[in-house]
Amino acid sequence: MNNSLTLLGLLSREPSYGYDLKHSYDRYFGAGKALAFGQVYSTLARMVRDELIRALGEETGGGPDRKKYEITVAGQDRVREWLFTPDVPSESLQSELFAKTVIALLLDDDADRLLDVQRGEHMARMRELTRLKKDADLLRVLMCDHGLFHIEADLRWIDLTSARLTRLKKELQSA
Amino acid sequence: MSNHDTTAPILSARGLHHSFGQTEALRGVDLDVHPGEVLAVMGPSGSGKSTLLHCLAGVLVPDGGSVTHCPAGRAPLEISALGEPKRARLRLTDFGFVFQFGQLLPELTAVDNVSIPLLLAGTRRPEALRRSTDLLDRLGLDGMGAKLPGELSGGQAQRVAVARALVTSPAVLFADEPTGSLDSLASENVLTLMLELVREAGTTVVMITHDARTAAYADREVIVRDGAIGAGYRVSA
Repeated sequence: MNNSLTLLGLLSREPSYGYDLKHSYDRYFGAGKALAFGQVYSTLARMVRDELIRALGEETGGGPDRKKYEITVAGQDRVREWLFTPDVPSESLQSELFAKTVIALLLDDDADRLLDVQRGEHMARMRELTRLKKDADLLRVLMCDHGLFHIEADLRWIDLTSARLTRLKKELQSA
Repeated sequence: MSNHDTTAPILSARGLHHSFGQTEALRGVDLDVHPGEVLAVMGPSGSGKSTLLHCLAGVLVPDGGSVTHCPAGRAPLEISALGEPKRARLRLTDFGFVFQFGQLLPELTAVDNVSIPLLLAGTRRPEALRRSTDLLDRLGLDGMGAKLPGELSGGQAQRVAVARALVTSPAVLFADEPTGSLDSLASENVLTLMLELVREAGTTVVMITHDARTAAYADREVIVRDGAIGAGYRVSA
């Protein structure tokens, strides 16, 4: 998730103080991981430098938290460009689990067990996210669902790979 | 969530073997199901999940091994040693069943479908209808009791099936892919309502599912592979 562009998107609603932006961010996206004030102010400073936002009149004796920022036209264009540029689906085909599975097979070790242990972790996390959804507002439910569907995709890969381990081992050993 | 390890199992399977002709469906399954727990049974197609559920529920008598039911306040009962009439009675009084395709009787209204197990168990019709209507209300189907199954959406029909399974307040609910025919949203709705009711009543659930998101509603899962329960990872909640 791109924190800078997310903050820029929040700022495009109306001019805001860094303090308010941070809390807005935490409310929508910060479940379990609030954004640090330092990161907010350094991001805002960078966006001022890049002319995506500008500071409105400084209040006397104010530190960075006393400045109100507004988005520029260039900033608005940047947000729209970000919104409508699709993300690269599954950017990397390499994953730690894929590497572990191949190495376990090359070492003639128990790849089945490795996948089973990972499967247990995945299921435990899915139960946790499912519990978090109970009585949560829709925003929280959607966030948990996003996690649940991604973990489920991993699990399907684990199941399919478990079923193909014997063949995979033969192919690796004859390569 | 209770600590299931400290309580005696409500269902206990030991050394279950079962074959269909030359095909070995179960090859020595041991499994304890604890009172009030929601257990997901997962595994690939043809792994023996449904055969295991049928043996636990007394639908099938295993070729080998035993299934013991320990209902609260009653003596343990070896289901696998009972004849069909006694097993049928036990299924009616102690167990509830939900299947992938609700299997409602198409010519009966929703409320009549739900009433069947009560009527079979000897409850008088007005009382059976009252309890069935109450349960349909709890499942968000207020005012739908007079509808025929064909007039209901997939999710509504499945909630009627859940009501029919729970109307006798069974000790154990057996669910075989209970949301397998539904889309994600309807599936979540049925599961949430079903589990709310069973957790409130302390009903034990044994639920077959191939879907990890469904299994995540359970307290724990076991994996059946090639007729045996997968070794190793049994992560408790």
